[in-house]
Amino acid sequence: MASLSEEVLLVLKKVRQRKQDGTLYLMAERIAWGPEGKDRFTVSHLYADIRCQKISPDGKAKVQLQLVLHTGESTTFHFSNESSAIKDRDAAKELLQQLLPKFKKKANKELEEKNRMLQEDPVLFQLYKDLVVSQVISAEEFWANKLGGVNNTDPALFNNKQEVGISGAFLADIRPQTDGCNGLRYNLTADIIESVFRTYPAVKEKYSENVPHNLTEKEFWTCFFQSHYFHRDRINTGTQDIFSECAKQDEKGLKSMVIQGVKNPFVDLLTLDDKTLDEGYGVSTTLPSTSNANRTVKESSNYAIIKRFNHHSAMVLAAGSRKGETPTDQASETSSTDGNSRDSDFFQPPVKKVKLQEAIEYDDLQRVNRPKTVPLNLKKSDRYAHGPVPLQSQQYTTSQEIINSVNYIRHEMANYKPNLTQVLSSTVASSAIAALSPGGVLMQTGAQQAINQMIPTEVQGELKHLYVAAGELLRHFWSCFPVNTPFLEEKVMKMKSNLERFQMTKLRPFQEKIQRQYLSTNLTGHLEEMFQTAYNKFHAWQTRRMMRKT
Amino acid sequence: MKINIEGLLVYFPYDYIYPEQYSYMLELKRTLDAKGHGVLEMPSGTGKTISLLSLIVAYQKAFPLEVTKLIYCSRTVPEIEKVVEELRKLMEFYSKETGESNNFLALALSSRKNLCIHPEVSALRFGKEVDGKCHSLTASYIRAQRHSNADLPACSFYEEFDAVGRQVPLPAGVYNLDDLKDFGRRKGWCPYYLARYSILHANIVVYSYHYLLDPKIADLVSKELSKKSIVVFDEAHNIDNVCIDSMSVNITRRTLDNCHKNVDTLQNTIQKIKETDTAKLKEEYRRLVEGLKEANVARETDVYLANPVLPDEILREAVPGTIRTAEHFVGFLRRFLEYLKSRLRVQHVVQESAPQFLKDIFDKVCIDRKPLRFCAERLQSLLRTLEIADIADFSAVTLISNFATLVSTYSQGFTIIIEPFEDRTPTIANPVLHFSCMDPSIAIKPVFQRFQSVIITSGTLSPLDIYPRILDFRPVTVASFTMTLARTCLCPLIVGRGNDQVALSSKFETREDFAVIRNYGNLLLEMSAIVPDGIVAFFTSYVYMENIVAAWYEQGILENIQRNKLIFIETQDAAETSMALEKYQEACENGRGAILLSVARGKVSEGIDFVHHFGRAVIMFGVPYVYTQSRILKARLEYLRDQFQIRENDFLTFDAMRHAAQCVGRAIRGKTDYGLMIFADKRYARADKRGKLPRWIQEHISDGSLNLTVDETVHLSKHFLRQMAQPFRQEDQLGLSLLTLEQLQSEEMLQKIAQIAHQT
Repeated sequence: MASLSEEVLLVLKKVRQRKQDGTLYLMAERIAWGPEGKDRFTVSHLYADIRCQKISPDGKAKVQLQLVLHTGESTTFHFSNESSAIKDRDAAKELLQQLLPKFKKKANKELEEKNRMLQEDPVLFQLYKDLVVSQVISAEEFWANKLGGVNNTDPALFNNKQEVGISGAFLADIRPQTDGCNGLRYNLTADIIESVFRTYPAVKEKYSENVPHNLTEKEFWTCFFQSHYFHRDRINTGTQDIFSECAKQDEKGLKSMVIQGVKNPFVDLLTLDDKTLDEGYGVSTTLPSTSNANRTVKESSNYAIIKRFNHHSAMVLAAGSRKGETPTDQASETSSTDGNSRDSDFFQPPVKKVKLQEAIEYDDLQRVNRPKTVPLNLKKSDRYAHGPVPLQSQQYTTSQEIINSVNYIRHEMANYKPNLTQVLSSTVASSAIAALSPGGVLMQTGAQQAINQMIPTEVQGELKHLYVAAGELLRHFWSCFPVNTPFLEEKVMKMKSNLERFQMTKLRPFQEKIQRQYLSTNLTGHLEEMFQTAYNKFHAWQTRRMMRKT
Repeated sequence: MKINIEGLLVYFPYDYIYPEQYSYMLELKRTLDAKGHGVLEMPSGTGKTISLLSLIVAYQKAFPLEVTKLIYCSRTVPEIEKVVEELRKLMEFYSKETGESNNFLALALSSRKNLCIHPEVSALRFGKEVDGKCHSLTASYIRAQRHSNADLPACSFYEEFDAVGRQVPLPAGVYNLDDLKDFGRRKGWCPYYLARYSILHANIVVYSYHYLLDPKIADLVSKELSKKSIVVFDEAHNIDNVCIDSMSVNITRRTLDNCHKNVDTLQNTIQKIKETDTAKLKEEYRRLVEGLKEANVARETDVYLANPVLPDEILREAVPGTIRTAEHFVGFLRRFLEYLKSRLRVQHVVQESAPQFLKDIFDKVCIDRKPLRFCAERLQSLLRTLEIADIADFSAVTLISNFATLVSTYSQGFTIIIEPFEDRTPTIANPVLHFSCMDPSIAIKPVFQRFQSVIITSGTLSPLDIYPRILDFRPVTVASFTMTLARTCLCPLIVGRGNDQVALSSKFETREDFAVIRNYGNLLLEMSAIVPDGIVAFFTSYVYMENIVAAWYEQGILENIQRNKLIFIETQDAAETSMALEKYQEACENGRGAILLSVARGKVSEGIDFVHHFGRAVIMFGVPYVYTQSRILKARLEYLRDQFQIRENDFLTFDAMRHAAQCVGRAIRGKTDYGLMIFADKRYARADKRGKLPRWIQEHISDGSLNLTVDETVHLSKHFLRQMAQPFRQEDQLGLSLLTLEQLQSEEMLQKIAQIAHQT
C-alpha cells in the first residue's frame, strides 16, 4: 500500500487510535495511521474523501482530532505525547487545513457533476446502463462525448448554477457563547466568513489588506467581533480600530444609495406630496427637531441600530442578486443614473407608465380575453350532456341572435314537410354505414392506432430504450464523418464494431423475444434499417479508403 | 357595459361591476340630483374612483348646463396620476362605444416642480426653489424690464405661452402630468401656466387638496372656477387636518429675525423708489383708497371663490389711512414685530384667545384691530408696487402679515400658545408662538358655500357622522358601503395576550414593560415564520418604535426574525425611507420576503399601498393615539367639546381608529387580494374602539377573535393563509361579488344591492 514514491509531509508519533498507540502520517494525497511496531497502515483516507476535520476544545484533557468523511464515518485520533500533544495536533490541523480544500475542489467536482446529470436525466441514466454497464462502450468514451456535448450545446446552463443567496441572519448564527471564564467564543465557519465578505465588501478589503501581513486570521476576526462595527448599537466614537473605516465606507454607500433615489415613483416619498406647506405654516412643524444636537445618547444609538438594519438588509439583498463577483454592477448603475434629475426624467416614464397601469387594473372586472359566450341556463344538465349534439359548432355572439335563430327554427319547423322522393335507398344507406364503421373502407386508418394496444408496455419500453441507445451509438458513428484525422479513423472503426456488438448483444435477443411472443417482427425493421445504412456508409468509406491506398 | 342608474345612462368601462359600485353610483346620483353634499365610505380596492368618474362624467354629459365641471381633489401625486389614467380609460371607452371623438377636456394640475420643462429650473430639487426660480424669470415687472434691457434671462416657454398659448384653448383630451409636459415641449409652451389657464375651461380638473383648501394657493389658482362644479375629495379621512394646517401659523425667533431683514429691505427699496419714481407710490396710494371694491364686485357676482383669510367686510372698505402710505406701513410692521419679539421673551407658557391678544397689543403698542386685518392685503400690494423679484425671500414677512390678518379676523376657532421651550428640553430656550386653528370648518367653508355638490369619500370615514360635525356642513347623503366578498379575503384578529397571558397594550403605563415588548417581539417572530412574502408592522409613534427596536435588538429577537425575513425600518428621513421601501418591495418580489417596520401617521402609512404580496399581513402594535400632552391638541379638544359637543375621548378614539384603519387597510387593495389584519392591543376589543372601525373591517371580526393569544393568532393565520392560497377564479365571484349586466338587471339582485349601502 505504502508506495515508496509517496511524499510524506508530516510524521507524528504517539497518536492513539482506538486505544492503540501508533504513528500518524500525512502524505501528499492521503492521511494514514499505522499501529506501533507494524509497517502497514490500518487507517488510510484520501484527502478527497474527507469532508471536514474537527478538533477538541482547548480546555479538554484529551487532545483529539476527528476526521469526518463524505460517507459519514469518522475517525478520531488522540494525541498522547504529553509534552507536545497540542503542538502536534495543531501542526496536523494546520497542514490539513491547507490540504483539504485543494482536494475538495478537484476531486469531487467532476464526479458530482456526472452524478447529478445521471440523476436529473433518466434517459441518460438508462443510456448509461445500456451502453456502459453492459460494456458496449467505456465510461470515458461515454462521458467524453456527453460532457462535451452539454458544454457545447448549453454552456450557460452548465456554468451558471444559480447563485445561492445569503441568509439574512448569518450574523445571528455566530451568537457568542460564554466559555465560563469571562470570555466569549464565536464559532465561525467558512460559510459565515464567505457571507460576511459578500455582504460587506469593505471587510473583505480589510481582510486582504491585513491578513496575514499585519494580523493573523484569528486576530482579525477577534478585532472584528470587538469592533463597534459588529455591535451595531455602539456608536462610532472615533476609536482607532481597523473597522472604523469600514463603517465610514458603509455610511458613504448608504448615502449614495439614498441620493441615487428610487426608480419606482410610487414609493418615492419625496415626490409624494404635491404641495408642502410653506415654512411656518401648519400645526406640528416644531416636532421633528431631532436633527443631531439634542438627541440623547440612547436616541442616537437607537437611530444607529435602525440605520444599520436597513443597510444590512439592503446589502444582503444586493449580495444575493449580484452576479458572480462583480460588485461593480451596482456602481455602474449608479453612475448611469446619478440622481441627475434630467437624466432620470428621460428614463422614468416607462417604469412609471407600467406602474400606473398596474395600479389601475382591476383584473377581475375585466373579461378574460376569449370569444364572448352566452351563459347557458340549464334546468337539467344531464339532458344537455346526453342530448343531440349540433353538427357544426356555431358561435353565437349575442342573446339577441339566439332568440332570432330560435324563432327562425321554430318558423322552419312549423313549415316542415319531408321530401320523401329524394332520400337514399336502403341498400346505399347500409353500405355507407358499413363503410363508416370500424374496419370499413373509410375507417382503415383506425386500425393502425391499435398497435400501441397490441404490444405490451414492457416491450414498448424496451424498444424505446433500444432506440435511444442505438440512436446514441449512431450519433457517435455519424459524427465521425467526414473522416479526416487518424483519430477519427480509429474511432469510426471502433464505433462500427460497437454497432455490431450492440446489434448482437441487444437487438438480436430483443428480436428473438418478440418472435417468441408472436408479435409482428417488423417492430425492429426500422432499427435494422438504420444499422444497415450505417454499415453501408462504413463500407463505402472503407472501399474508398482502400482504393486511395492502393 | 352601459348601466341605467335611475334613468341616467352610465358608461362603465368594464365588463363586470361590483355590486357596491352600483350602489355607490346610486347614492352619488341622488346627491347630485339634490345639489347637495355627500359623505360616502367605500373600501379601498372596490373601484371607488372609476365609479365616481363614470357617474359624474355621465351626469355632465346628460346635464351639461347643470354641471359644468368636476374638480377632483386627491392627496398625493401618484394618486392624482392614477385618477387621470382611470379617466383616460373611461374616455377611451366612451369613444369606442359611441364612435364619436371625445370632446371633454380633462387635465391634472400639479406644482411647478412636477410640470416645469425649463432645463435649468426643472433640475432644482425642491419645490420651493423651483417656484422661486420660476418667479424670478416670469414675474410681470421682470418681463417689463426686459423691454428696456434684453439681456435679462427669460423663460422661453412662458414667453411663448404668453404670446400665443391663450388664444387657442387646449384641444379636448385627457392630459396627465407627463402628457402636459409632452404637449408643452412640442409647442414650446410652459405646461404649468398652460394647465393653470386651462383649468378654467376644462371639464375635469384633477389636483391636490391644497389648491382648494389652502387659502393662499386657492386664491391664486381656484378663485375663478365655476360655481356649477362638483367637488370630490378622495381619500378624505384626513381632510380636517389639512384644513387646520393650512390656517395655522408658527412664529419662532428665526422667523422674526428674517422678518426684520425683510422689513429693512422694504424700507431701502421704498427710499430708492422715492428718489426715482414717486409717481408709482402715489398711484398705489390712489388704488388703496379705491379699496378692494373690485374684488368685492367679483365676489358678489359669484365669480370668485371666497377667501377665508379675506373676509367679506374687508372688501367693502378701503385700506385704513394709518397704513396707506408705504412708509407708514413699514413703520407699522416694525412696531408689530417688536411687539411679537417682546411676547416671545416669556419665561412660562402662555395661552390666550385672539381677542385677548388684540387687547394686549392695543394696550402695549397701540395697534388697532382694523389695520391688522388689512396687513396681508397691504403687503401684497406693496410687494407688487416695489417690484420685488424673489417672493420666496419675503416668506417671513408674508407669514407675519398673514398672521396679523388671521388673528384680527377670527375671534373664534383659533388659539395662541406661546411656549418658551420644548417640553423635552426645558433648558434650551426656543420660544415659539403657535397660532393654531382649531376649527377645520373655517378653511373648507368657502368650498361648501360656493360649489353645488361636494363629495367627501374615502375607504375609512367611520364613524360617518363625525365629519359633517367637525367640518360643519349638512350632507344630503351619508352612506357606508361594505365590500361584497365571494371569499373572506381579510382576516382581522385582535391579539390581547401573549402566550404567558400578559395583556398586550401600548398604553402609557405598560409602554416600557419588558413583558409586553417581548410578547410583541414574539408575535412578529411567529408571524414572520408563517406569512409569505411581505409583512408590514405599524407602531404608534416614532419614539415608541425606536425603543422597541432597540429592545428587540438586545433580546436577539430581531436576529431570529432575520432568519425568516429581511428587516427594513422607516426612518424620519424621507429619502432613506424611500430606499428602504424599494428594497422591501424588491425582497418581496424575489421571494426572500421582508418585514417593514413603520409608523402610523407616518408617510408610509398615508401614501403607500401594499398590494398583494407586498403586504400579506399588517400588524398594528398598539392603538395609535395622538400625543395627548401637546397644548395645541388640548386646546383643540376643548374647542371641539364646547363648539361641537364632541367629547374628548370620542375624538381621540376616532382619530386613533381612523389611523389604525388606514394602516391595516393598506394591505387589502381589491377582491383578489388578501391579507391578515392583526390588531395587537387588547383595547381594540372594546366596543367603543371596535365600533369606530369601518364597517367592512368590523363585520369580519368574530367574537372568537377578540382576545387571542399569540399562539392562537398563529394558528388562525395559518388556516387563513392556506385557504387564501388556493386559486381564485372569476367564476367564483360571479353573481356574488361580481355582476354581469344581466345579473345587475335582475330584481332579486337589485334588492340585495339596496342592502349594501348602510345608511346612517
